[in-house]
Amino acid sequence: MPTDAAPRDAGRGSLSDVVTSDAALRRFLQGLPGVDAVGLEARAAALGTRSIKTTAKAYALDLAISMIDLTTLEGADTPGKVRSLCAKGANPDPGDRSTPRVAAICVYPDMAAVAKQALTEQGAGEVHVASVATAFPSGRASMSVKLADTREAVAAGADEIDMVIDRGAFLAGRYLQVFEEIQQVKAACGAAHLKVIFENGELATYDNIRRASWLAMLAGADFIKTSTGKVAVNATPPNTLLMLEAVRDFRAATGRQVGVKPAGGIRTAKDAVKYLVMVNETLGDDWLSPDWFRFGASSLLNDLLMQRQKLSTGRYSGPDYVTVD
Amino acid sequence: MSTPEARTSSTSGSVARGARLSVLKTYKLYVGGKFPRSESGRVYEVTDAKGQWLANAPLASRKDARDAVVAARKAFGGWSGATAYNRGQILYRIAEMLEGRREQFAAEVAAAEGLSKAKAQAQTDAAIDRWVWYAGWSDKVAQVVGGGNPVAGPFFNLSTPEPTGVVAVLAPQSASLLGLVSVLAPVIVTGNTAVVVASRTAPLPALSLAEVLATSDLPGGVVNVLSGDTVEIARPLAAHQDVNAIDLAGADAESAAELEGAAAENLKRVLRPGGDDWSAEPGLGRMTAFLETKTVWHPIGA
Amino acid sequence: MNAKLFAYAPAPESRAVVDIAPSYGLFVDGEFREAAAGKVFKTLSPASEEVLSEVAYGEQEDIDAAVRAARAAFGPWSALPGAERAKYLFRIARIIQERSRELAVLETLDNGKPIRETRDADLPLVAAHFFYYAGWADKLSYAGCGPDPRPLGVAAQVIPWNFPLLMLAWKVAPALATGNTVVLKPAETTPLSALFFADICRQAGLPKGVVNIVPGDGATGAALVGHPDVNKVAFTGSTAVGKQIARTVAGTRKRLTLELGGKGANIVFEDAPLDQAVEGIVGGIFFNQGQVCCAGSRLLVQESVQEEVLDALKRRLSTLRVGDPLDKNTDVGAINSAEQLARITELAEAGEAEGAQRWSPPCELPGEGYWFAPTVFTGVSQAHRIAREEIFGPVLSVLTFRTPDEAVAKANNTPYGLSAGIWTEKGSRILKLANQLRAGVVWANTFNKFDPTSPFGGYKESGYGREGGRHGLEAYLEHA
Repeated sequence: MPTDAAPRDAGRGSLSDVVTSDAALRRFLQGLPGVDAVGLEARAAALGTRSIKTTAKAYALDLAISMIDLTTLEGADTPGKVRSLCAKGANPDPGDRSTPRVAAICVYPDMAAVAKQALTEQGAGEVHVASVATAFPSGRASMSVKLADTREAVAAGADEIDMVIDRGAFLAGRYLQVFEEIQQVKAACGAAHLKVIFENGELATYDNIRRASWLAMLAGADFIKTSTGKVAVNATPPNTLLMLEAVRDFRAATGRQVGVKPAGGIRTAKDAVKYLVMVNETLGDDWLSPDWFRFGASSLLNDLLMQRQKLSTGRYSGPDYVTVD
Repeated sequence: MSTPEARTSSTSGSVARGARLSVLKTYKLYVGGKFPRSESGRVYEVTDAKGQWLANAPLASRKDARDAVVAARKAFGGWSGATAYNRGQILYRIAEMLEGRREQFAAEVAAAEGLSKAKAQAQTDAAIDRWVWYAGWSDKVAQVVGGGNPVAGPFFNLSTPEPTGVVAVLAPQSASLLGLVSVLAPVIVTGNTAVVVASRTAPLPALSLAEVLATSDLPGGVVNVLSGDTVEIARPLAAHQDVNAIDLAGADAESAAELEGAAAENLKRVLRPGGDDWSAEPGLGRMTAFLETKTVWHPIGA
Repeated sequence: MNAKLFAYAPAPESRAVVDIAPSYGLFVDGEFREAAAGKVFKTLSPASEEVLSEVAYGEQEDIDAAVRAARAAFGPWSALPGAERAKYLFRIARIIQERSRELAVLETLDNGKPIRETRDADLPLVAAHFFYYAGWADKLSYAGCGPDPRPLGVAAQVIPWNFPLLMLAWKVAPALATGNTVVLKPAETTPLSALFFADICRQAGLPKGVVNIVPGDGATGAALVGHPDVNKVAFTGSTAVGKQIARTVAGTRKRLTLELGGKGANIVFEDAPLDQAVEGIVGGIFFNQGQVCCAGSRLLVQESVQEEVLDALKRRLSTLRVGDPLDKNTDVGAINSAEQLARITELAEAGEAEGAQRWSPPCELPGEGYWFAPTVFTGVSQAHRIAREEIFGPVLSVLTFRTPDEAVAKANNTPYGLSAGIWTEKGSRILKLANQLRAGVVWANTFNKFDPTSPFGGYKESGYGREGGRHGLEAYLEHA
């Protein structure tokens, strides 16, 4: 991912005042425009009815593949499993070398080194290693543990860190605490890019998701991410649409562009295309690249590959024609 | 208090020994809570059923009609914005005030319509009771004709009746008090304001009713009472762009058709004349004729 | 502009699902027949000016025949047990659901509106409306019109071209449920879906004469409305024609309901949910190319957020896709007729001439057919024609206000009173404004929502009577 392309523009009105105190930050976040849930969901559903065919579909499928953070975050993960996933990410369709590589392989910190090495061996150095950190997925650990977790992941070769926020602190209204945690993790990331996970399902309301988006962006997030994939409600079209609106408004206010990563629950090519339509119509070309939009997913990739095969051969494909990893 | 007998004797010129000369009332219009004479200065002779002189009533002009509409429009915001409970209390207060002047109205109705004392009394009592009946409707009609609608989606959806606005009311030519009350009360109980054209031949109960209205906490302008030639006054009202509805109860078939045609110019709600039995229980029809249904939607989401 | 990275390929809905005959007759007494005088007129696709079919043109003699058929059918139809009438309506609702894709494509072809709307809005609402009123047919004694409410007789119904089949449903469903029979005149430019509906009546086995359909123009409608043997007139259309009809029925015993024009105010406060408000503004005026009586054609935006709202609105409008109505990705389709396009064009020019600032997103309009780009006028004052007259097209007039009272005063400052919108996160303000706005439907934090259970109709010169819900029955029953 590139570093901030657009410099902060002081002329756009500084937002530095709003993080000077807990009270100021609370006033700012609670003063953001409200979200009407029904209207938001209706808009997301309407965008979901776009009909993407032929050339547009081919473009969208390849773009979606290139945006995947191919993920394994299981207690049962082993180096073998991670290496196999890296192979898949580097060459998603062994039968068709024109298939793009995924954006990153997303693993727990203790697997970051394995992933980095596997990707290098595959000659797929441009595929990033993303590591979750900060006591993923609950975030319930002391700050020193979270920072150590982050530093170790970076040291092991992670290009990107996916941190979780302290939802307890957020829901209790201790916004400044969450802000400072993100800032500290960002500092610990060094050159690695920081994705901030909200766990939208636990924030529960759209108003909270909008506030969390601004909070994370103010604190320096490079990406904002919907969810861990570990709770009942993960990425949904409306909560992702809301975050897209937030990054759009944040760039308009500050000049700084932030990426968005929906994660969890996106399993079909059809779903992925719907998300891309949302990006296209909410943010436009500027965000239509793996630098600015990612899918956190595992099984999605195979469905994209099957659809890609269908498009090139005209026949429906089946699970026997894509690899199981 | 003047009775027909007293009036007759006072105008005959033969004063009986020892009898007191009664004080006659000058009947006036009722506009914006005040009792003006017609701006035209005109009056017309009102007689009893036998043709005996009763009074000179104001012969209202189109300008009086215009003034009455202005007063009614001015009063609309406050009256329609009052609580239903408050409007009900005021209508009930009208019944109370009328009850206190029961004898006077019975006498006026008897004179106006040539009824026996007993029948005139019954008409007056029915008129008083009709105010009571409608008073009770003020805070119930919305529950009967409005309500929530179960739409197929995440929306709160509520329909409520609202008053149409300024209503021109041509009071029935017969039933000078009961008929009048039967058409006026349903108009104002829901928050409309009214310009009433009294029965041409029997306007005195209507003009006296104005005195009751003026002492019943009813805000000025909510009811405005005009007397005179029904059709002459009704024409400018039917054509008036700031009148929202017209009740043609007191119009004959021919003028009703003409007035309905004129009312089309700003799409007034029109209640056609006919078929009214003032002794029957009124039903909702005269209220709903001058109610709009407003439906409000709001999303349901957290 | 550079080519978009993600340019959607055309995704046209197939025309093959609908089979349009080269000609159609009148539907009278259960059968299609030629007009007595043998006259016909052509109906076009407004998106291409292609002739879709030739349709019989009804005149007085045809109206007489249709009313006679409806009168003859009235006795037995009204005498049917409500439960039996209900079953006919349920059948119709189901057949509409079965044939909805066909009808959606047909409506899109004849009207010019996007398939996305006919598929997702018009047709589902049409079926729902019949389903809703079907259920009333055997429950009329609970409708608040007395213990044994009686139908009126023959209903003369004249409908507009903006939602041809939906307006038919709004008229026909309650009329039939209450035991009336119907003579319906569809709009001159959109007769086809009503004629397909005649076929649905045939499939449903509806007794002959219960529904009669006589296509034609204003003269046909006037003959129908003026026919001495109709008991009820229901009209949806312009306020000018509504006034003519009101004059026509004056002095008769015909009952009348009118659903007419509007100049709805969509009021956006500074504390509105802005992204949803922008969607509501867009849906409010560009749904159905703005050819909607309840369109939010006046945007009243609080001065403190004027700039922010307008920027967001313009950004959003730039993503609207204007073009082939059959393309599933089209948001804004064709204007219904050359005549309507001329009216929109004339008023938009008046807006410029009066000094308002005109803006449209960059969009390429097709070479054939009737098209008008989505248009926003800023710097509009209450005195401008584009703030007062119903444009009935994709043209938004933007005005500003400072306080709630000013918003209400401006919103109500019109002879119309059909719809209004309020956008604010403050509940008490919504309720206050909802009380003060003189409009038959108030959408708060939403816009252009419809439902068969929800009464719809206007205040003031937007007409009288309500369609939909229990209230919609009152227009077709004798008042107890």
